[in-house]
Amino acid sequence: MKCSEFLQELTNYLDGAIDDRTKSELENHLSWCHNCYVVCDTTKKTIEIYRDSQLYELPDDLRSRLRSAIVSKCQGHKKVDPESV
Amino acid sequence: MSTIQPKVSEPASDELALVQAAKEGDVGAFEQLIRRYDRNVFRIAQHITQNREDAEDVVQDAFLKAYSNLKQFQGQSKFYTWLVRIAVNEALMKLRRRRPERTVSLDEEVKTEEDSVPREVADWSPNPEQQYSQAELREILTRTIQGLPASFRTVFVLRDVEGLSTEETAEALELSIPAVKSRLLRARLQLRERLSRFFQKRESGNGKPTLESGDGDQ
Repeated sequence: MKCSEFLQELTNYLDGAIDDRTKSELENHLSWCHNCYVVCDTTKKTIEIYRDSQLYELPDDLRSRLRSAIVSKCQGHKKVDPESV
Repeated sequence: MSTIQPKVSEPASDELALVQAAKEGDVGAFEQLIRRYDRNVFRIAQHITQNREDAEDVVQDAFLKAYSNLKQFQGQSKFYTWLVRIAVNEALMKLRRRRPERTVSLDEEVKTEEDSVPREVADWSPNPEQQYSQAELREILTRTIQGLPASFRTVFVLRDVEGLSTEETAEALELSIPAVKSRLLRARLQLRERLSRFFQKRESGNGKPTLESGDGDQ
């Protein structure tokens, strides 16, 4: 297996979306190709860092304000919707 | 090497009942659905629009649109996937309005100079994120993901940050499964490449790069 072939399968490999035979070919490649090992390991870390980071958390006060605004508009919508009366 | 453990939560068993009650006009039931998913919608919207006010508008507009169109939700997909599809469309509309000079589409294949061929293959420090303060790390992660084309960024956020499956992401973005996989691979590799500049192992004495030091990609 060439490095370019390994890279094409990287996403499927990290997501566990491959059959056992392909998985063992990929792991065989990883066992001797240090560059692909590093790319695979650091790609996995990239995903984990983003997944665990708390970017763009919705602050509680803004959250309640938005929810009240939505609920109030939904109630208004309900009053004018003839099917729900 | 082990696979990624997805951050997926199955919808609560009461979800269909809540949707049904909301369809019949029960605003309280819809409010529970808002509480369940407002944080996710806000994150997705801010990742796409890169603007906090726009993201706030998207949260309101997406939930209101979902409420008005609940009758069209047939229950063939999860409510959340259906809601994400509405939110992504609202967010893209905001982005297009803000940047009318640039076409923003999820359909086009984006060719970028920095594509799928890794150039930076240095290993990372054992706990790279601990080299930086919370605020520095947040800034690095935010600026790095903002540098991706919208079509890659959106797929990465839905799949890897929000934990949607490939099939759900394809459905929410109205893309084919191969298109989702191709964008996801390129998004992951580009983010890895850019983060390597901050997180790679260094000889002792070499300072860590910061966004201000010019070693960053922005």
